Amino acid sequence: MDLFNNLALGFATATSLENLFFCLIGVLLGTLIGVLPGIGATATIAMLLPITFQLEPVSSLIMLAGIYYGAQYGGSTTAILINMPGESSSAVTAIDGYQMARKGRAGAALAIAAIGSFFAGTVSTFLVAIFAPPLTQIALQFGAAEYFSLMVVGLVSSIALAHGSIVKALAMVALGLLLGLVGTDIYTGTPRFTLGIREYADGLNFVAVAVGVFGIAEILRNLENEKTRSVLMAKVSELMPSREDFKAMVGPVLRGTAIGSILGILPGGGAILAAFASYTVEKKVSKHPEEFGHGAVAGVAGPESANNAGAQTSFIPLLTLGIPANPVMALMIGAMIIQGIVPGPNVATEQPALFWGIIASMWIGNLMLVILNLPLIGLWVKLLTIPYYVLFPIIMAFCSIGVYSVNSNVYDLYAVAFFGLIGYALLKLRCEPAPLLLGFVLGPLLEENLRRAMILSRGDPTTFVTRPISAALLFLAALVLVIVFLPSVKAKREVVFQEED
Amino acid sequence: MNSLKFDTANLICGLLLIATGLFFAYQSFELELGTALRMGPGYFPFILACALILFGAIILIQSMRVDGGPIGALALRGMVFILPAPIFFGLTVRGLGFVPSIFVTALIASFASGRMKPLTALVLSAALTVFSVAVFSYGLGLPFRRFGPWLGY
Repeated sequence: MDLFNNLALGFATATSLENLFFCLIGVLLGTLIGVLPGIGATATIAMLLPITFQLEPVSSLIMLAGIYYGAQYGGSTTAILINMPGESSSAVTAIDGYQMARKGRAGAALAIAAIGSFFAGTVSTFLVAIFAPPLTQIALQFGAAEYFSLMVVGLVSSIALAHGSIVKALAMVALGLLLGLVGTDIYTGTPRFTLGIREYADGLNFVAVAVGVFGIAEILRNLENEKTRSVLMAKVSELMPSREDFKAMVGPVLRGTAIGSILGILPGGGAILAAFASYTVEKKVSKHPEEFGHGAVAGVAGPESANNAGAQTSFIPLLTLGIPANPVMALMIGAMIIQGIVPGPNVATEQPALFWGIIASMWIGNLMLVILNLPLIGLWVKLLTIPYYVLFPIIMAFCSIGVYSVNSNVYDLYAVAFFGLIGYALLKLRCEPAPLLLGFVLGPLLEENLRRAMILSRGDPTTFVTRPISAALLFLAALVLVIVFLPSVKAKREVVFQEED
Repeated sequence: MNSLKFDTANLICGLLLIATGLFFAYQSFELELGTALRMGPGYFPFILACALILFGAIILIQSMRVDGGPIGALALRGMVFILPAPIFFGLTVRGLGFVPSIFVTALIASFASGRMKPLTALVLSAALTVFSVAVFSYGLGLPFRRFGPWLGY
């Protein structure tokens, strides 16, 4: 009955008036920014991250989680209403959701997405609660070599799930790792790659890099050709899905939840993969596969559930191992570190209220989304009609304030501009920024564990393959790498990612 | 193979990555490399930099084979106004103080779009300043000086 005690503790933490309030604010803000077209969950969180820093650790992480769900939900809303997915994982929703909207069923599509997400969120919250503690036990036995190998798995998976060229993704990881090493060397205290600037001795500010690479770069891309967005629907009416809709969505939601929960745990961005996998499965099992692409209910319900379940279970590697499964989780790690929490297996034992509070708040956040956002849809739709040129000065001002408030270091603001430029250049050169950010976060950890493992093994590199867990992880990483380079998989992968664009 | 046909994006990408790799490799070389047993501060970055050069070279070679399409339009106006905004904020937030600094920052960013009219930009920046001061300075209590020493405060 440990589980229930723990969950009770979590709910007690998460339902304190203060935390409920921050969760609500997070969900609302997340949705608010998330519905802005072209701005996905990662950019949203990067922009809103700094406002959470003034809070208590628990409240701040609960609010961040709220922002995450809100942003995801906002992304699906734009996907359905204007066929403009805020991020790749809701790209699948856009296929059938937008068609439903064109047939005047936008309300039903939004409701189906919300209900599917909520169900998936509920199930996967329990999965996190059930599986996180035993995994922490395993993780406590991890040594430096295992951590190193595990991070290699994470980085390799992020490569596999990146769009476009694999070599470019590999290069992005290497570049991210290098950028992560900027700052003082922990063993010798030597400043590295700081160009003599003392303000960078503590390393490049993670928030500055994230805001630059994801936020600013995205703004610049949107400024390339300013077109008036056509908000298709005049009115979202009839939110309630019909009885047939409910019947049609039960199966897809269940399957989507299962697929999403499993794939979400994979490091490297399982939620995106989950949405695609679910769509493919639904199309295969459907009695009317010809409906897909023309507004099939299953094509919205399945991927949305899978997406949300995956988003939820991607917290498992974060909470148990301190390893981020995707860029959003990388942002979470950054936030935890700023709050003075070292992410990893110790969080569950040392700060149970925090650990379980976050898990409980996941569910509460999902509930709030359903209760609040369905009635608020009219408001979000209005937001879509705000011209973009009014929005980005606001975003820029908030980004500047936010980044500066982290450390009161003006050099962080210069870093924002610099990484904004870099991020935009990468976009133009068709390089995926997600592996870069993952590398950036993992860089110092990877090096530290590599060096420690080498010292512990007295300079014998075989330590990584003679320790069973480490060997298994490295084998897994190698396998993933081999698979993505296989010609047949490579071809298929290109097809999948092309569908998305 | 027609040597005149390059994929521009990959060509630039490869060259940039190689240059970045060389920079990091050179910098790590100036640090102590150490041995595999006791890695110095330059060891791991040096390996990474070499990997980066290698990947850059592969992309460079690929650029001669596959044509991935044009780079497309550049948001030049966007870059000219968006990127200096945070820099301006950084340069002036201590000297001028939070209020004037955030106002000008928003104003600079406003002109990134050709559609923004000057009056709208002024009104928007002013409203934004009032809102930010209320929320961040009074509401969240961030330790910003509202008006700085350059203005005689």
